[in-house]
Amino acid sequence: MSQASLVMFEEESVEITEIITRLVKEANAKSAYLVDKDGQLISSAGETQDIDSTSLASLTAGNIAATGGLAKLIGEQEFSILFHEGEKDNIHISIVGHRVILVIIFDERSSLGLVRLRVRKAGEELGKTIQKILARMDSADSKENLLEEITDDDIEGLFS
Amino acid sequence: MSFINYSAREINCKIVYYGPGLCGKTTNLNIVYKKTRPESKGKMISLATETERTLFFDFLPLSLGDIKGFKTRFHLYTVPGQIFYDASRKLILKGVDGIVFVADSQVERMDANMESLDNMKLNLEEHGYTLDKLPYVIQFNKRDLDDVVPVDEMRTVLNPGGVPQFEASAASGEGVFETLKAVVKLVLAELKKGA
Repeated sequence: MSQASLVMFEEESVEITEIITRLVKEANAKSAYLVDKDGQLISSAGETQDIDSTSLASLTAGNIAATGGLAKLIGEQEFSILFHEGEKDNIHISIVGHRVILVIIFDERSSLGLVRLRVRKAGEELGKTIQKILARMDSADSKENLLEEITDDDIEGLFS
Repeated sequence: MSFINYSAREINCKIVYYGPGLCGKTTNLNIVYKKTRPESKGKMISLATETERTLFFDFLPLSLGDIKGFKTRFHLYTVPGQIFYDASRKLILKGVDGIVFVADSQVERMDANMESLDNMKLNLEEHGYTLDKLPYVIQFNKRDLDDVVPVDEMRTVLNPGGVPQFEASAASGEGVFETLKAVVKLVLAELKKGA
C-alpha cells in the first residue's frame, strides 16, 4: 500500500519559509532549501534563482539516501550532517526530525561554524513545525477534499 | 509518497521505472524527455558510469497540466538494473507512488526479467509496500527485435495478476507514452481513493 500523501497548507508553508528565510540571514548564507527525504522540494529561501531547485532536491535526497545506506553498513542509524566543500560555494546538509532535509548553500561570507550553529537552532524550530504537520495529517479531520473531488474526466483531461 | 503543496498549488508524485539491466528504463526516460514540450519538463539527470550504465538513478521531472487548479508534477526515476547495484536500487523505491516494470522481451533475458521482478517485490516489502496495492504497470519492451518471447507467454510468467501491460520498442518511442499515461492515471486514481 502506498503511504498517505504529505500535505502542506498555505500557513504551514509560510511558517517554514519564514524560518528558513531568517536562517539564511542569520547564517550569512546564500540560500536554504527544505527537501522531503523522497526528493520533493518543500520550501526555499535566499538567492535561489540561479539554481535548478527540482534537481537540487532530487540529488540531495539521493545523497542522503546513499549516505544513510552507508551509515547502516557501519552500524549507525544515520549521518545527520553532510558537508561538501567547493572552491567558492559550500553545501551543508542536515536531517531535521529524521524526516526532512535542510540544505544550506554558503560562500566565504559565512563559515562552517556559523552555519552549523544557526542550523542547529533553526532545525529545532523546523522540527516542531514538521511534527505539527504530521500530527495534523494523522488527525481525523486532516482528510482534505481536493483529492476526493478529482474526477476521472480530470485525469483523462491531462492527456487530451 | 505524494506531496500536496497548497502554497505552490502542486501535486507531486514519484514514479519508478524498474527492470533488469539494459532492458530500456533509461531509454524510456530519454524518449519522454525528447518528446515533451520544453515548458513541461525539467532537467534530466543521469547518474551513470562512463559507459552510460545507470549507476544510481536517472531523474526527470515532468509537469502534466492542472487538476482543480493544482499543477500535477511527476518525478520519474529509473533504478540501476545491474544485479550488484541492489543497495542503490532499494533506496530509489523509497516513497514511490507508482511503478513501471520494464521487461526485456528477448528470449535470453527472461530469466533476468523474473529475477528483477522478484528482487523488486523483495525491495518493496523492505519499505513496507506490497506490489498488489501499488499503482503498477508492466511494459514488454524491445518488441521490434527478432527472437522475442510471445506476449502471451510473457504475460503468464511476468504478469499473472493482469495489471495493465504494454508492448513497446522504447528505442523508437513506441509504447513509451502509453505506458507512462497508464501509470499516471493509476497513481492519480489511487490518490483520489486514498483521500
